[in-house]
Amino acid sequence: MKLNELTVKDAIAKLKKKEFSHAELYKDLHDAIAEKNSLYNIYLSLDAEAVSKADALLDTPLAGIPIAVKDNFLTTVLPTTASSFVLKGFRPPFDSTATKKLQKAGSVVIGKTNMDAWAHGSSTETSDFGPTKNPRNPDYLPGGSSGGSAAAIAANLTIGAIGSETAGSIRQPASWCGVVGLKPTYGRVSRYGVIAMASSTDSPGPIGKTVEDCAIMLTHMAGHDRYDGTTLPRPVPDYTKVLTKGVKGMKMGICYMDHPNIKGTDLDTAILKAAKVFEEMGAHVDMIPMSRDGKKGTILAPDYAIGVYTVVQRSEVSSNLARYDGVRYGADRSVFAHEAKNRIMLGTFTLSKGYADKYYVRAQQVRSLYRKNFEDLFSTYDVLLSSPTPGYALPSGASSGDPLFGELQDMLVEPSSLVGNTGISVPCWRNPETNLFLGLNIMEDQWQEEKILQAAAAYEQATDWNEWAK
Amino acid sequence: MNTYEPVIGLEIHVELKTKSGMFCGCPADHFAKEPNTATCPVCLGLPGALPVPNKKAVEWTIMLGLALGSEISEVSKFDRKHYFYPDLPKGYQISQYDQPLCRGGVIATSFGDVRIHRVHLEEDTGKLQHATVEGRKVTLVDFNRSGVPLVEIVTEADIKSSEQAKEFLKKLHQIVRFLGISDADMEKGSMRLEPNISLRKAGEKGLPNYKVEVKNINSFRFAAMAIEYEIKRHVALLDNGTTPTQETRGWDEAKNATVSQRTKEEAADYRYFPEPDIPPMRFTREYIDSIRQSLPPSVEKKKALIMQSYKIDEKKAEVLINNPTMLSKIEGTVSLQPILNSNISGATVVNWYMNKVIDASGAVPERVANDIIQSKQVTHVDDSVLIAAIDAVLSENPKAVADYKAGKEQSKMFLYGTVLKRLAGKGDKQKVMDFLTGKL
Repeated sequence: MKLNELTVKDAIAKLKKKEFSHAELYKDLHDAIAEKNSLYNIYLSLDAEAVSKADALLDTPLAGIPIAVKDNFLTTVLPTTASSFVLKGFRPPFDSTATKKLQKAGSVVIGKTNMDAWAHGSSTETSDFGPTKNPRNPDYLPGGSSGGSAAAIAANLTIGAIGSETAGSIRQPASWCGVVGLKPTYGRVSRYGVIAMASSTDSPGPIGKTVEDCAIMLTHMAGHDRYDGTTLPRPVPDYTKVLTKGVKGMKMGICYMDHPNIKGTDLDTAILKAAKVFEEMGAHVDMIPMSRDGKKGTILAPDYAIGVYTVVQRSEVSSNLARYDGVRYGADRSVFAHEAKNRIMLGTFTLSKGYADKYYVRAQQVRSLYRKNFEDLFSTYDVLLSSPTPGYALPSGASSGDPLFGELQDMLVEPSSLVGNTGISVPCWRNPETNLFLGLNIMEDQWQEEKILQAAAAYEQATDWNEWAK
Repeated sequence: MNTYEPVIGLEIHVELKTKSGMFCGCPADHFAKEPNTATCPVCLGLPGALPVPNKKAVEWTIMLGLALGSEISEVSKFDRKHYFYPDLPKGYQISQYDQPLCRGGVIATSFGDVRIHRVHLEEDTGKLQHATVEGRKVTLVDFNRSGVPLVEIVTEADIKSSEQAKEFLKKLHQIVRFLGISDADMEKGSMRLEPNISLRKAGEKGLPNYKVEVKNINSFRFAAMAIEYEIKRHVALLDNGTTPTQETRGWDEAKNATVSQRTKEEAADYRYFPEPDIPPMRFTREYIDSIRQSLPPSVEKKKALIMQSYKIDEKKAEVLINNPTMLSKIEGTVSLQPILNSNISGATVVNWYMNKVIDASGAVPERVANDIIQSKQVTHVDDSVLIAAIDAVLSENPKAVADYKAGKEQSKMFLYGTVLKRLAGKGDKQKVMDFLTGKL
């Protein structure tokens, strides 16, 4: 076994036991990157000095393990571009709180990973630096926008990784690449130093080989930040403590599998099978019927969330990208690629006088309907089961020409993301012909990361889908 | 010839003198600093930077609202106001749209009440500087001012004359300084005035169908002059049957005239939406009450109080109200035990500060008290001693006495000086002069 194939947990344990040195670990890693990065186009930049920083970190919690960082996290060691030529070569004067915390806990940023430019998309095809390929099958998309980080994990080109999600950007690529991705509660992990996409939903989070790896990374990323007024001063637990608690007695509800686009597909089969696994472990699982009004005991259809999410997100995007006005950063507005221009125009329109009430305000009203619906459901259920995506990874090129590609791919996570809830995607199916994966999305109310980690870890241990967890 | 009635409203921007910025830790005091030396990722609007509101600035805005008699919103929020300008690094200004911190309120003037429409909090922008660098005319941006807390006070269109506008502005200036929330120094740009003016036919009700705004005026006098100028200009246009163009104008000090800056075909579209980076603010009754309780008495009350307790006239009281630093030093001085023991009056202390203390902000009350007491001790010489000294000098200098009596005014000064010399600096000089004049 090559050392780059290790999980975060094993790499830390073995480094501490001195089974191998940092030099050996980083050598295997750099060899693998040299061999495969050009095939998949995962890293935009790499820190060749990473290993020299790792040596001194053996006694820290993360013991000097490398992490791959999505290119919208500001890092002083490497350029930060959000995969857009507008910020080509931009060297930030400060570090994001999330990467700073992870570094303080003893990890080393090994490189910056490709993404949809400005995180606009679910394919990593809209990157100005070229698309990333799915390491499970390079003819297919890795998903996005954190496609580079998910692919880095899938290809064993890192030990741990982080990404960010507004609606699906961690869980959808995790699902398509057959890895684990956790979207924390909005405000659990600081957004300070993460290039803003949709400020009211952006949530940085871990992408890893196992549930436990995600728990370890989350423990060192989360927490109140005085530089981000939307984080809360709630204590951060050691998220690894709950992983062996099991699901006995948990109440679970299955969502969206009666949606006409999903019913009868492999996904439907996979999620129902996953539910069986939980039942065998002592959980109580219900099928929650989908409804058009969200009345008690039903789940409000996700289709409306597409409109809500599109309006809210485009509005915030048009505002957040206003600062790249050509006065600073050395690139004028014409450097924005097609997708960003589309979103800026749509968002500018939805915020305009006479239209804001019709679109933005209305979208916020529907958003509160979803909030109420989830509050109702979580008064009955511990967790909800679904998938981050309506199906398998799509073939390369599938995203072009469809302005709502991402929104359709992320439909199933948009309702819960809009209300700031947490969720985790774990592999739950593999198509033996294409080698493509499906993900099980376990969702919970805000601040309940422990509950989803507990359920996801139990599922991972009870099944064989995750090769690293064996 | 028609007669018209001016309809005037005011927008006033006041920079708060908090320690740090509106949303970051940079110093709020930006005056005369080297360009771009007081900036950080937040006030430069760098990618990934996030605003965190300054509690003190929020508290002070509420304080101002309470002093103006505004209703304080229990729920308030910040919004993004979008427009492009090179001094606005994020492409939007964080301001308040439909839920300002304070609504309503009033300032009484001798011409009638002027109602306050709203008071809200926002961030200041950077500053453009036009310069010539290596022979090229360029525009440079200084971001030191970017992100300084800025309060905007908007009145109803209740003002009817330039005199009333001036009186309102002076009162507002007094309140802001008296609360200690801003220096409101016009020369430094920490108080900026924007009158909006239109005319309607005398006797008509309702707002005219146009409005002219004059931006960024930095003195009460110029504000009054701009209003006067606009009224005359509008009268001429209206008498000609033309409605003045709805526009923004600026005050040209050199020409003593307003000049057109931009015409607004319709209201600018700022695409306001709630600032997602800052959660909405909720204020409890207790919080607002605690600010209310910390409020100093009103300017009028305070003025009456100091006139009474220091036995000074209104003019002097006015000076002190406008100079809160000096007032607080005086308050600190009069209550000192040595001052009380020496029977030194409040008026004496006030006069001392006004005439002898050059920089009140640097004055130490104990030291000033000491100076006053010493000067009084020097003068404490018995009248009989003074008179004896004067008699001696007069008898020793009969020529000077004769000269004076012959009309030589200077001789009196010679005698006066000789008496002072004989007293070796002791004694009240005014008394010496009085007695001397009497004897002569």
